[in-house]
Amino acid sequence: MKVLVPVKRVIDYNVKVRVKADGSGVDLANVKMSMNPFDEIAVEEAIRLKEAGKADEVVAVSIGVKQAQETLRTALAMGADRAILIVAADDVHTDIEPLAVAKILAKVIEDEKPGLVICGKQAIDNDLGATGQMLSALLGWSQATYANKVDIDGENAVVTREVDGGLQTIKVKMPTVITTDLRLNEPRYASLPNIMKAKKKPLDEKTAADLGVDVTPRLTVVETAEPAGRAAGIMVGSVDELVAKLKETGAV
Amino acid sequence: MPIYTAPLKDQQFILHDVLKITAQTDVPGYDELDRETTEAILGEAAKLAENVLAPLNAVGDEEGCTLENGVVRTPKGFKDAFDQVRDGGWTALDCDPEYGGQGLPYLVSTAVGEMFSSANMAFNMYQGLTHGAYNAIHAHGSDDQKRTYLPKMVTCEWGGTMNLTEPHCGTDLGLIRTKAVPNGDGSYAISGQKIWISAGEHDMCDNIIHLVLAKLPDAPAGVKGISLFIVPKFMVNDDGSLGERNSLSCGGLEMKMGIHGNATCVMNYDGATGFLVGEAHKGMRAMFTMMNEARLGVGLQGYAQGAVAYQNALGFAQDRLQGRDVTGTKAPEKPADPIIVHPDVRRNLMDQKSFVEGARAFTFWGASLIDRSHRAHDADAEGLVSLMTPVIKGFLTDKGFETTVLAQQTLGGSGFTREWGLEQFVRDARITMIYEGTNGIQSLDLVGRKLGQDGGKHVMAFFEMVKSFIADHKGQDADFDKQFLDPLKAASKDLQAAGMYFMQNGMKNPNNALAGSYDFMHLFGHVCLGLMWARMAWAAREALAAGAGDTEFYETKQATGRYYMARQLPMTGTHLARIQSGADTVMALDAANF
Ligand SMILES: Cc1cc2nc3c(=O)[nH]c(=O)nc-3n(C[C@H](O)[C@H](O)[C@H](O)COP(=O)(O)OP(=O)(O)OC[C@H]3O[C@@H](n4cnc5c(N)ncnc54)[C@H](O)[C@@H]3O)c2cc1C
Ligand SMILES: Cc1cc2nc3c(=O)[nH]c(=O)nc-3n(C[C@H](O)[C@H](O)[C@H](O)COP(=O)(O)OP(=O)(O)OC[C@H]3O[C@@H](n4cnc5c(N)ncnc54)[C@H](O)[C@@H]3O)c2cc1C
Repeated sequence: MKVLVPVKRVIDYNVKVRVKADGSGVDLANVKMSMNPFDEIAVEEAIRLKEAGKADEVVAVSIGVKQAQETLRTALAMGADRAILIVAADDVHTDIEPLAVAKILAKVIEDEKPGLVICGKQAIDNDLGATGQMLSALLGWSQATYANKVDIDGENAVVTREVDGGLQTIKVKMPTVITTDLRLNEPRYASLPNIMKAKKKPLDEKTAADLGVDVTPRLTVVETAEPAGRAAGIMVGSVDELVAKLKETGAV
Repeated sequence: MPIYTAPLKDQQFILHDVLKITAQTDVPGYDELDRETTEAILGEAAKLAENVLAPLNAVGDEEGCTLENGVVRTPKGFKDAFDQVRDGGWTALDCDPEYGGQGLPYLVSTAVGEMFSSANMAFNMYQGLTHGAYNAIHAHGSDDQKRTYLPKMVTCEWGGTMNLTEPHCGTDLGLIRTKAVPNGDGSYAISGQKIWISAGEHDMCDNIIHLVLAKLPDAPAGVKGISLFIVPKFMVNDDGSLGERNSLSCGGLEMKMGIHGNATCVMNYDGATGFLVGEAHKGMRAMFTMMNEARLGVGLQGYAQGAVAYQNALGFAQDRLQGRDVTGTKAPEKPADPIIVHPDVRRNLMDQKSFVEGARAFTFWGASLIDRSHRAHDADAEGLVSLMTPVIKGFLTDKGFETTVLAQQTLGGSGFTREWGLEQFVRDARITMIYEGTNGIQSLDLVGRKLGQDGGKHVMAFFEMVKSFIADHKGQDADFDKQFLDPLKAASKDLQAAGMYFMQNGMKNPNNALAGSYDFMHLFGHVCLGLMWARMAWAAREALAAGAGDTEFYETKQATGRYYMARQLPMTGTHLARIQSGADTVMALDAANF
């Protein structure tokens, strides 16, 4: 079975995000970019399936700017076998919306015919959390989102999901789209020999136009603003006073 | 708890904008180190440094190593982290592919070494010493010895140590007493006591390969009678499996000021079986092969401690509210301004920052000379780096330690407390000025040996290099000339004047040279950092002219360089004046009158 893992290049989770002076978005010029952490978990899960003999090839796909090559190399260094880059923008500030990403992925999947897609549950830049679901709908495949545990048994996937108030285990028919939650696994660090080998692994490049997908944004960003600063605290004398204050301010 | 963020951008800047490594096509291996490749390697090493090694730094300090029934236990978490480092192939980075190494240039290992050292110096020493021993065996061992020991040392499944020091001698190794008596079967029986042996015994490796200096029965007196031996903790069978335990043991652990996570051992050899490395009586020469790289490694440790200390000082200075900016309030909504507004706090931070970044460039440049000498067999590069080695070791560890103290000062009272971790950086950095040859000895090496080496050819080449850098860049930008080239020229003149003073006064009274050697080492160090800053500022200027997007980064580089040139480089005048005052005042007192 072939596993396809979409990975997104996003602002590194350690970077202190700065809003652009004109409020049009977040400043991404010259800041450190990395693989979306949930996608790292997806890559890790796919590699583990391969190591367990349940998959025989792991293909990483990224959609975005040319520099997403580096993100794909990271996936290759972790253990993916090959990579596909779909160049869909030339400005690092252009965010390709989930529907366009899902459409592009659907096209790639038409060619690649994987038995399983594992993606992150959301990207930490726009936090939309929609690509996996849209992709499953476009493909007419089953979906298992927010995975915390994955078991593949031939025809089916048994997936434990993180839901409000606890865990839910479901069984879905393969092929399926799984989206990963934080506790599914702990992604490995790439080893030095694998980083060097990754340089020689195949990385194909196409454009969104090649696949005939229109990536024109359908959403308009009205404004981007820094979160309000934290207000000064106050000292309270007792638990009762604390509870009273919380009620008074409408916090509880 | 202190934080650590690997300086990826700064390292990339030096590799690609300053040293332009991919353009150095005559150094095999540099061609494949494009920006993306080094980004991938250093980025992954950074994750290990930040997430695995740094969190263990305070643990290692608090817990230290313990000795029970001859077994040394390293602090909690060290073994797992060590496994992670070696499983990731990081210990093999620049080792010979013939023995399982990754074969990457030494420069890459220097960049990774800085991160690992900043994150956890005591921890990284276990690997560092193994690598030093690997180097000595690789350079001087027989084919058989290399096949037997190197593959496992490359992976750090087996550790390595260097055993020079004895209770009565550290600097003057001619005095050693450890004996080696032929067993008649080609091996030797080694007997004696070594002290302060770093990583001499611990629980992270299956075997430990000790390199021991000892004297054969027919040895000439002094340093010309020292031989080098491999003495494994467990004997190695012909099939590579481990055999019986050798008769050597750890007799005690030293209580010490810093690097608590690294076991500093008394090692007792009781007729232990050893094997001669290289020729009899030529052990010092073999030891020196590894010492040059080891000394660069210690220089690196020095500034690496400064680097992590600075990061934490900076974070504190941006948060801590105290006093108001005298030129106008900066944070009216707060009870006070962050202390980074104050000029004296700025001075403190700029001293730290300009040193750390200059030292990084200097060390990377030194590492690139090592690559040039090893990989391109460039004898001039070898001569130059051999001249620079005592400067890198002595100057960068003195200043690296000073930087940790400056960083501690930025934190005020918090710098003195355990909680903030700055005091650990101070304590850990302190050893770098002592081991691998004290800094005083480095200055003697510089003035007594390296200056005159090959007829003074290498120091002349250095002066020539400074001169041509100035000539090549002059007249293109009046500000650059004034801010960088003029001060560099003046400092370089001070260095030449000091050299001249030694030539004229050192012959008739060697004390005149030896009393000035320490100042000379610092004077030399400042000129080197001045040269590095001029190179970095020029590289930043080129990048800006080429329309590199990150103007803030490159302009910050230039501004930091201007600070160094204006506020640090003038120290060369003071050092010159001290040197030129000669030995008279230094030697005036009778030893009894101190
Ligand atoms: C934590 C730690 C780890 C160590 N690890 C190792 C190790 O792994 N392997 C190993 O073999 N050793 C190790 N050492 C020993 C270390 O290398 C020595 O301490 C160092 O070389 C200095 O030697 P010494 O302590 O005997 O000082 P001494 O040689 O007694 O020197 C004392 C002082 O006199 C000065 N001095 C001595 N001779 C001269 C001279 N001719 N001219 C001018 N000044 C002079 C020195 O600069 C120094 O300031 C370690 C030491 C420590 C503290
Ligand atoms: C072991 C110990 C014992 C102590 N004992 C006592 C005691 O008995 N009684 C007591 O009252 N206190 C005591 N202290 C507190 C000590 O006096 C303070 O730590 C010290 O005055 C520095 O203040 P701070 O730590 O708040 O640093 P900060 O005031 O926060 O200073 C941090 C840094 O900013 C600089 N800075 C601050 N303001 C300015 C400015 N306006 N311009 C330029 N630079 C500035 C400082 O020089 C320093 O480098 C003790 C502290 C320690 C660690």
